[in-house]
Amino acid sequence: MAADAEAYQTVFDAALAADERIEPRDWMPDEYRASLVRQMAQHAHSEIIGMQPEANWISRAPSLRRKAILMAKVQDEAGHGLYLYSAAETLGTSRDELLDKLHSGRQKYSSIFNYPTLTWADVGVIGWLVDGAAITNQVPLCRCSYGPYARAMVRICKEESFHQRQGFELLLALSRGTEAQRAMAQDAVDRWWWPSLMMFGPPDEASAHSAQSMAWKIKRHSNDELRQRFVDICVPQAEALGLTLPDPDLRWNEDRGHYDFGPIDWEEFRQVLRGNGPCNTQRISQRRRAHEEGAWVREAAAAYAAKHGEAGA
Amino acid sequence: MSSGTSGEWPLWEVFVRGRRGLSHTHAGSLHAPDAEMALRSARDLYTRRSEGVSIWVVPSNRITASSPDEKDPFFEPAADKPYRHPTFYEIPEGVRHL
Repeated sequence: MAADAEAYQTVFDAALAADERIEPRDWMPDEYRASLVRQMAQHAHSEIIGMQPEANWISRAPSLRRKAILMAKVQDEAGHGLYLYSAAETLGTSRDELLDKLHSGRQKYSSIFNYPTLTWADVGVIGWLVDGAAITNQVPLCRCSYGPYARAMVRICKEESFHQRQGFELLLALSRGTEAQRAMAQDAVDRWWWPSLMMFGPPDEASAHSAQSMAWKIKRHSNDELRQRFVDICVPQAEALGLTLPDPDLRWNEDRGHYDFGPIDWEEFRQVLRGNGPCNTQRISQRRRAHEEGAWVREAAAAYAAKHGEAGA
Repeated sequence: MSSGTSGEWPLWEVFVRGRRGLSHTHAGSLHAPDAEMALRSARDLYTRRSEGVSIWVVPSNRITASSPDEKDPFFEPAADKPYRHPTFYEIPEGVRHL
């Protein structure tokens, strides 16, 4: 039996070394499976919870054009959540279990969604910075060693680029608008910049899962590497927007070939993770309520299917 | 896959034909109570940007797969028959249309 496990491990290691994908029915170490479920569940939950801060503005979008765009974007987030839940389920967990763990706080979602969307400009900043950071994180996941996750990420990344561009365009319109509109855009950037940098997770030396995830080729770049890449991308984009990033230490470093940036307030990050962010309670209670209020629809559809003898299960 | 607990809707595999002339390819999966709802959800989930002109949905538990291990000896018989490929044969230089 032990010899068997060793043989399986050898095949698994060889597949990783050859940059092959691991597929659902392949043997994989329990820790690899658990780590993937944790990451994919957190990712799926983030998409679903992420619908809330933006949906907050659908009814108050300033034009029909902006409203249609925002609805399409929020619908995409739901879609992304569903791709990822399906991919996670190939590892042997179930949808009910995943939702249960979200609702009971046993699985997490990205801490960024615990910040409120106070003004219309926040919708633009979420597209530009939050989705921008997500894309920076997600593009390398298209080459993740687990096949279903990588495939879901390919779809998601294609769709995310619309999200980022609509946000940038929205901010550009504000920044070229009246003085009040420009100020609103700048205020939103000031509030979201640092939380966006926290989206890449703790610094490499403090990241609990990073090293193992990289060895398993789930993760391809370290948190700090991706964060730096994001900063380098954003600085010229902010200039194009005519907005500033709220960091007095931000400047080009000729030697490194990168922008230097100031220290991140990791205590704030830990507080938000611990449930003490501005909207943690609201996000989860709204999610639970939506789930509970949808129960009769799920039950009615199941009853209808049973009555008409549909063979699904 | 896991048939789920409580009243979880069954899982369906979704196949989408991108455009006429192409075959259906696997797009992903979703939960739905019956085939009709599975089709409608598949449309909303996998063709929001006109990615398809036709969709198939199949209950996941009705798919029979070749083997639990995708590197199984099941496919071995093909491995030692290089003569099934045109590159196996040596043809003198200058011979054309072959």
